[in-house]
Amino acid sequence: MEFRPILSAMLRNKTGSVLVALQIALTLSIVVNCMFMAKQRIDHVNRPSGMDTDNIIAVSSLGFGADYNHDRTIDNDLRLLREMPGVVAASHSSGVPMNGSGSADGFAGSPDEDASRTSANYYHVDEQMLDTLGTKLAAGRMFRDVEIRRADDELLRRMPPQVVITQALADKLFDGEPALGKRMYNGLGESAEVVGILEHMYGAWVSWSDFDQVAMFPQRTEGPHIRYIVRAEPGKRDELIPLIEKALADSDRTRLIRGVSSMEESTRQSYESDYAIAVTLSVAVILLLGVTGLGIVGLASFTVRQRTKQIGTRRAIGARKRDIIRYFLIENWLMTTIGIVLGTVLTVAINYSLASAFDTDQLNYAFLLAGMFMLWLLGFLAVAEPARRAAQVSPAIATRTV
Amino acid sequence: MFLYNLRLARMSLMKQPLLTTLMVSAIGIGVGACMTILTFVYVLSSDPIPEKSDELFAVRLDSWNPEQPYDDDKPEEAPWQLTHPDAMALLESEVPTRHAAMRKAVYTVVPDNPEVAPFSNIARMTGGDFFEMFQVPFVYGSSWGPSADENAENVVVLGHETNDKLFGGANSVGKTVTFGTEVFTVVGVIDDWQPHVLFYDMNNGETNPVEDIFMPFTISDRREIAGAGNTNCWKDEQIDGYFDLLQSECVYVQFWAELNSPEQKAEYQRWLDEYTEGQKALGRFERPTNNRLSTVTEWMKVQDVVEDEVLVVMSIGFLFLTACLVNTIGLILARFIAKGPIIGLRRALGASKGAIFKQHLVEVGLVGVAGGVLGLILSRLGIMGVQRMLSDSDNLGALNLDLLLITFGIAVISAIVAGLYPTWRVCQLPPAGYLKTQ
Repeated sequence: MEFRPILSAMLRNKTGSVLVALQIALTLSIVVNCMFMAKQRIDHVNRPSGMDTDNIIAVSSLGFGADYNHDRTIDNDLRLLREMPGVVAASHSSGVPMNGSGSADGFAGSPDEDASRTSANYYHVDEQMLDTLGTKLAAGRMFRDVEIRRADDELLRRMPPQVVITQALADKLFDGEPALGKRMYNGLGESAEVVGILEHMYGAWVSWSDFDQVAMFPQRTEGPHIRYIVRAEPGKRDELIPLIEKALADSDRTRLIRGVSSMEESTRQSYESDYAIAVTLSVAVILLLGVTGLGIVGLASFTVRQRTKQIGTRRAIGARKRDIIRYFLIENWLMTTIGIVLGTVLTVAINYSLASAFDTDQLNYAFLLAGMFMLWLLGFLAVAEPARRAAQVSPAIATRTV
Repeated sequence: MFLYNLRLARMSLMKQPLLTTLMVSAIGIGVGACMTILTFVYVLSSDPIPEKSDELFAVRLDSWNPEQPYDDDKPEEAPWQLTHPDAMALLESEVPTRHAAMRKAVYTVVPDNPEVAPFSNIARMTGGDFFEMFQVPFVYGSSWGPSADENAENVVVLGHETNDKLFGGANSVGKTVTFGTEVFTVVGVIDDWQPHVLFYDMNNGETNPVEDIFMPFTISDRREIAGAGNTNCWKDEQIDGYFDLLQSECVYVQFWAELNSPEQKAEYQRWLDEYTEGQKALGRFERPTNNRLSTVTEWMKVQDVVEDEVLVVMSIGFLFLTACLVNTIGLILARFIAKGPIIGLRRALGASKGAIFKQHLVEVGLVGVAGGVLGLILSRLGIMGVQRMLSDSDNLGALNLDLLLITFGIAVISAIVAGLYPTWRVCQLPPAGYLKTQ
C-alpha cells in the first residue's frame, strides 16, 4: 500500500490536512454530544405513563352562579358523561396527571414524629378512576362507591380512611415490604389504610424526580372547581371532545366549562421543552453534518483541480484509474481518522465540562461509536465524487504543459 | 481604495461561485444557529423594565421551616413568596414610595349581555400602586385610589382583551362588570403592556401573559377568592378552607416595593427586620433573620430565568459556530492559494504586502457580511421554529437593533478571524515562483 507517500504528501501540505482533521474532530464531538442529549430527552418523553394517554379527555368545570351546587353538578355531569356513546368510563378528579399542575404532600409509613417523609402527588378521585385512566392494580382493590366522600361531607378536609398508592410510593414508604393493609400517615398524624397498590402511573410534574409516587384518596374536591377525566373508545376521542363540551355547557348554567382537551395535548405541552431541545439538537446535527460534508467536497474538489498535472503525470507513467481513486480515498481516510481520534478526546472533554457546569449526564459511549462510524461514512461519501473526477484526468494533460 | 478593493473582492468571489457559496453558507448556518439560541438567552436575560429596575424590589421574608431552607439548592435565599398575614402587615409600612402585595386568582366574568357566554379569566389581585410602580399605560381612566385598597372596594382595572369582549373596546370607566355573583365598577382600562419576562410573578412560568383583570388585593382578605398561583406550605397545620389558608404559614403572595434611594432601602430593610423580630417574639420566623430586597434583575437571577438547559444549548451553539469557522478557514485558504499567480503578478507590479493583506481582508469581510445576511434569515426561521414548539414564547423572538448588530458583528468578526490566517499565508507567497510559470 502507498500509505507512506500519501502521508509524506500530506505532511508537505500540513495546514489543509490539519484543518480537515480539526473540522472532523469538532463535528464528531458536537454530533455525539447532541445525539446523546437529544436521545435522553426523547427517552424522557417516551417513558411509559401507565395510563391510556391516547384515549383520555380532561374537562374542567368552574361553578360561579348563586344557585351552584357542587355535588349536584358532579352527580349530573358524571351521569351524563357515562351515558354518552363512545365513552368507556368517566371519573371526577382533583387533577389531570402529567399536565403540570397538581398537589403534593409528605407522607410517612409510620406514626413516629421523626419518621422520614416522602413526597407524593395526590389526587381526589372516585371508584371508577382506574378504568378511566387505564391503570392496573398490582394488589388489593380500588375504592367502593360508598367510600367516596361527597363535597358536603363534614369530614371532607380530613384524610379519608382508605388510600390507593403506586408501587413506587409503597416501596418508598415501607422500604419494599408488602404495603397492603399498612397505614400511610400525613404530617398531622392522620392516616389511611393502603387498600390498593397500582402497578405504575405518573403524577403532575414531568420533570419531578418523584414523578411516579402517586396517592389516590376517595373523595370529591371542594367546590367550585372540578375536573372530569373521560376515557373514550379508541378512535372516538376527537369527535367526543366537542360533544362533551356542548353537552356539559348546555346541561348546567351555574357553571362554566373551562376547557375540554385531550390528555395527549396537555402531556405534549408539559414535555414541550424536552421536544424543543431534542428537535433543536437534531437539526444542529443534520446541519453540521451537511456543512462538514460539503466542506470536504469543496476542499477535495479544489485539491483535485490543483493536482491535475500531478495526477496526469501519475497516469502517464502507469497508474491506473483505480490507483488514483484509491489515493484520494486513503488520503481522506487518514485525515478523517486523525480527526476522529482527536474528536474522541474532544467529545469526552465537552461532555465532561457540560456535566460539571450544568449537571448533565455522563456520555453513553455507544453514541461515540455511532458518531465515529457516521463520520467515516460521511468522509467517504464526500470524497467519492471528487476522487472519481480525479480519475477522469487524462494522462495527456501531463505531457501538454511539461 | 476601499471601493477598489471591494470591486476586486466581488470579482474574485464571483469567479468561483461554488466555493463562495460554501463559505457564505458555512458562516451563515453557523451564525444562524448561534443567533437563534442567543436571541432567546438575550431576551430572557435582558431587563424588562430598564427605566427603574434598580428602584423596584421583590420583598421576601424567611418565614420558612426551621429545619430546612426553602430551596435546598439555594439555602441562602428566603422563600420566593410571602404568607398572607405578612403581606398585609408589610402594607402598613410607610417607608416605601410605593408598594403592592399581589396574587393570582381565577374569576368568572358574567356579561350583562346574555348573548355573550360567561367566561373565566386570570386576575391579578394587587394594590393601586401596581400601575404606577410598574409604569403600566392606561387607555381610559386610571388606577384605583388608596381608599379602595383600604376598604377592599369592588373596583376593577380591565385589560384590553376583556374590555373589547365586554364593551367593544369603548371607554368603560364607571360601568360595571359582574364577577361570579359580585358587581365591580371599572376605574380604568390599560393599554397593551407585556414585559417579555413577567418579572413581578415568575412562579407560574416566567413568560406568561400579563393578567387581563386587576382588582384590590385586600378583597382576598375579606371574602373567598379562587387563588390560581403556586402555593407552598411547610408547616403541619390543619387548614380548613379558605380563611384557614389565609392565616396559615403557606406562602403564595408576591410583594414589591419601590425604594428610590439607598437610604430609603436601608430604612426599609431595618423596618422589615424589626417586623420579623417582633414576629419571632410570637414564635414565628424561627430561622435566622433573612429578609431580602432584590432588584428586578437580581430577582431574575435568583429565579433562574435563563435555565441551565438553555445555557447547554447555547454552549453547543457556539461550538457549532466554531466548527463552521474551521470549515470556512479551509475553504478560504484553498481559494487564496489558488489565487497565487494573480497575487504574484500584483506583487511584481508593485503591490505591497500590506495592500495585498488589506485587499483580502476586504474579501473575507464581504463573505462575512453575506454570511451575516444569511445568518439573520436562518436565525429568524430558527426562532419561528422554536416558538412553534414552545407556548408563551411570543415575546421572546422580537428583533431589535442590538440583536441585528450582534448578528452582523458575529458574522463579520467570524469571517475575519477565519480569513486572517489564509490572508497572512497568501502574503507570504513568493511572487517569483508564480511569475515563472505565467
